[in-house]
Amino acid sequence: MNNLGETLVFWICGGLAVIGAIGMLVSRKAVHSALFIAMTMINLAVLYIANSAPFLGMVQIIVYTGAVMMLFLFVLMVVGVDSSDSLIETIRGQRIAGILFGLALGVLLVAFLGTAISGMPDVGLEAANSEYGGNVEGIAHLIFGPYLIAFEATAALLITAGLGAMVLTHRDLWKPKKSQRELSEERFMVGAGHPGNKPNPGVYARHNAVNTPAILPDGSLALDSVPEPVRGRDDSLIVDHRDVSEVLELSEGDSFDGNSREGGAK
Amino acid sequence: MNPTNYVILASVLFSIGAIGVLVRRNAIIVFMSVELMLNAANLAFVAFARMNGNLDGQTVAFFVMVVAAAEVVVGLAIIVTVFRTRQSASIDEPNLLKY
Repeated sequence: MNNLGETLVFWICGGLAVIGAIGMLVSRKAVHSALFIAMTMINLAVLYIANSAPFLGMVQIIVYTGAVMMLFLFVLMVVGVDSSDSLIETIRGQRIAGILFGLALGVLLVAFLGTAISGMPDVGLEAANSEYGGNVEGIAHLIFGPYLIAFEATAALLITAGLGAMVLTHRDLWKPKKSQRELSEERFMVGAGHPGNKPNPGVYARHNAVNTPAILPDGSLALDSVPEPVRGRDDSLIVDHRDVSEVLELSEGDSFDGNSREGGAK
Repeated sequence: MNPTNYVILASVLFSIGAIGVLVRRNAIIVFMSVELMLNAANLAFVAFARMNGNLDGQTVAFFVMVVAAAEVVVGLAIIVTVFRTRQSASIDEPNLLKY
């Protein structure tokens, strides 16, 4: 185990894990935090594997980066991606105190653990892993042997957690759901607006740019075919009058000849 | 490679997670910091399992992962519920009990 490869893996993956953790701490946007911590978790998975725990490494990638972080991202989408921190301190000096406390905790942990366990032997897991034929088999022997009750309890816990999440996020309907018939009747009611699809911009025009309104069969312009943001800017911008008149001429001159038009029908 | 290094790395990550819990205001980021602390504890478990030469530490780390998954599900459901009623994910907002 005492080889250069593991040292390299430790310093690279450990460094990346710490960078990810610090990035999670300092990034203002929650999405960036989620991605940083996903990076940390992947690097931790590599470290697990380097510690002869391949099963835990795989579970870490599947459960943490695969399920948990994606659940985080999903909830971020629900809550609002741009929900960033407020800078107002409700408790004065809390930020400084928190950072100081965290640093003190870190120093304490590193100092205590470093001195307490530095003399401990490094037995290694080769013997334990090979006892039942492999890491997964060894863990399985423990889970389905001495830890069986705990394992059953986690099953109950997971079921309860799933039910709890469903109960917590459940919302009752305010009114009965509309049937398809009611929806359709609403759409054709007087004053409900356009019943079908609106015409696309650029229909019957010389080009299909979105700022060219469609021309209806009676020759009038369908201004509402131009998208709302474009229409809202300036009336002179939205309608290319030269184009419109050209198209109108074309449509009135009944000798429509596809080949005489510039560009032709593509 | 001395496994003490892994324990020290776990301590550093744990402290960063603790700072995140104490400093950040967005409930989701606070939650991510808690996840980071759990991961750091798992790393320590794995390193200790290796030092002692038995797989019990890895089994406990596995159970920690299961419990963390359940905790994330319920915690995020609570965050979504609070967001629905208060329109905010800040942990300073639900302070109505003060008044």
